[in-house]
Amino acid sequence: MNQPRTTFDKIWDSHVVTRLSDGEELIFIDRLLLHDLTLKIVLPDLEARGHSVMLPSQAAATADHVVSSAPGREMLSDSRTVDFVHRGRDLAMRHGIRFFDVGDPRQGIVHVIAPELGLTLPGSTITCTDSHTCTQGAFGALAWGIGTTDAAHVLATQTMVQRRPARMKVVLSGTPQPGVGAKDVILALIGRYGASAGAGHVLEFMGSYVDATTMEERMTLCNMAIEFGARFGLIAPDARTIDYLAGREFAPGGADWDRAARLWLDLRGDDDAQFDRELELDITGLQPQVTFGTGLDHVAGIDEPVPAPSSLPDAGRRDRLREALTYMDVEPGRPLEGLAVDWAFIGSCANSRLSDLRDAAAIVRGGRVADGVRAWVVPGSTSVKRAAEAEGLDKVFLAAGWEWRESGCSLCCAINGEVVPSGQRCISTSNRNFVGRQGAGARTHVASPAMVAASALAGSIADPRKALAR
Amino acid sequence: MRAFTAHEGIAAPLRLDDVNTDVIIPTNRAIHVAKGSLGRFAFEPLRYDEGGRERADFVLNQYRYAGASILVAGANFGCGSSREMAAWALDDAGIRCVIAPSFGDIFFQNCCKIGLLALTLPDDTVENVWDELARAATPRMSVDLSALRVTAPEGTRYTFGFDEGRRDALLHGLDDIGQTLRHADAIARFVTTDRYARPWNYLPAPGPASHIHSEKTDT
Repeated sequence: MNQPRTTFDKIWDSHVVTRLSDGEELIFIDRLLLHDLTLKIVLPDLEARGHSVMLPSQAAATADHVVSSAPGREMLSDSRTVDFVHRGRDLAMRHGIRFFDVGDPRQGIVHVIAPELGLTLPGSTITCTDSHTCTQGAFGALAWGIGTTDAAHVLATQTMVQRRPARMKVVLSGTPQPGVGAKDVILALIGRYGASAGAGHVLEFMGSYVDATTMEERMTLCNMAIEFGARFGLIAPDARTIDYLAGREFAPGGADWDRAARLWLDLRGDDDAQFDRELELDITGLQPQVTFGTGLDHVAGIDEPVPAPSSLPDAGRRDRLREALTYMDVEPGRPLEGLAVDWAFIGSCANSRLSDLRDAAAIVRGGRVADGVRAWVVPGSTSVKRAAEAEGLDKVFLAAGWEWRESGCSLCCAINGEVVPSGQRCISTSNRNFVGRQGAGARTHVASPAMVAASALAGSIADPRKALAR
Repeated sequence: MRAFTAHEGIAAPLRLDDVNTDVIIPTNRAIHVAKGSLGRFAFEPLRYDEGGRERADFVLNQYRYAGASILVAGANFGCGSSREMAAWALDDAGIRCVIAPSFGDIFFQNCCKIGLLALTLPDDTVENVWDELARAATPRMSVDLSALRVTAPEGTRYTFGFDEGRRDALLHGLDDIGQTLRHADAIARFVTTDRYARPWNYLPAPGPASHIHSEKTDT
């Protein structure tokens, strides 16, 4: 009799090329995605080691990390990055790897464009030189971030040597209140269980909340699996997954489509499949979440006071929180609501898709960015930008005093020369609030698009529920 | 890959949990400083104050731990980014081995790939090692990968577990690609079968136009 299997087991089992010693397995990798930051490291490394690309058409690359987001972007924001784009492009061409460059309507953040283009398919294995590759697990793909040496290995062998991770079931149930979204849910999960609770695991998100979410919300959930310590986040494919992918450029067509879709629906985990660990979160009544410190576990509901370091039992955590609150210049014992911000950023692979921009625009419409606040929208892809413009969202943001910019990673990782100045406070839809993440000395509060929109108008951290009620 | 068999050197206690990759090497350094020169920027936010002066409270700045080649850190060390520069920066700073109760999964994998030994010891063992490092006349330790043994400064020995395949690769400095290509036939057989089962998974070669694709050239 066959063991009942999880979605993860089904994908993994179908990709085992051969079993190696001591529980390691050689896993076939369907897609390798690269970007402007890593092309010029991975390909020369491969060449220097005397290897070649085994299946170049299975790889793809884009320009996202270092490109400018300035409207019209005729130049790089940081001329030191010129080599990344130009050499990256040349190397991709030389090795026969697809490259979605600036000017190509398919350009954008790698984890936004891969699903848009149908490069992300259910049941597949996807690796990319970026830790947020787990975003693509929303499609029932096993997708994870790897380093550049491993990427060279994938190019040369189309495989990775891997040990089966432990399996964690994450059941999300309940219905969120208006103004609360997937970003709040994943932040609350990290806040409750800690930033390393998922280490060594593949997370499978399920439950009534997940069933009811859109594909874009699922991507936000899976995006932050890595902030929970897990390389992989996964959601079993369903009718929404299939609908999303139909007709995408690299998705199967014709008779293949029906066959593929049937196989994908079979990836749902068996009812009595076993997990190594199970967690639950009921999101009924969940407040909008916002981070106050320098780790994603430093998070609270908008109405909740920031904890005092003295309230923590563990000395290590206490010191870490004390340092974090000093860096952030945040006072414990009070909620963050009302804390003045200098910047508001809507963008990143966590929240830069069309529905994110719509959520924000619903709050921004008819309002005005507060004096002294710089507010940026950086759509996740050129295609998201065009779609938003087609429904007039750009005008909503521009009329309210936002900058409507070109797609890329921009202020999420601040690699392209766009930075939040030292000492300034930014409320951001990105996924990391680490020290110096948005620029040396910059202070980041991670939140949902709705909260970032509401805060930009208020000039201080604001509750999106109140903004929606107005 | 450089081999790792055994190492003895000064060990520094880094009593912090959740040290992320952006702290190990800030992004702008990771991008703009060449591999081989990243060492002095390792732990930049912890190491220097706003004026660029060395912070006396950071362990690697202290005379006692000068020249440390082993780092004994808190839990979840290296969480965050997949950027391999975090491992390179430690390597450039002369760190040959990091010991912690747990690691960021991707960082751990990256360390293995460059011959930097990352090994886990339980929480309470790490606490004991920290205490020994603080007490010892000289905070020297040794790590032996073939014997799977760590010897703390006062002579206390601890054994650790390590993946057999990874251990073999580290001990012999094996080239990972060369190792995998020994299975090239199995990979080819997999692709042949899979092309039939999932033809849609295999994409056509990109045309030259994909590099210059834009609406201006589309008609």
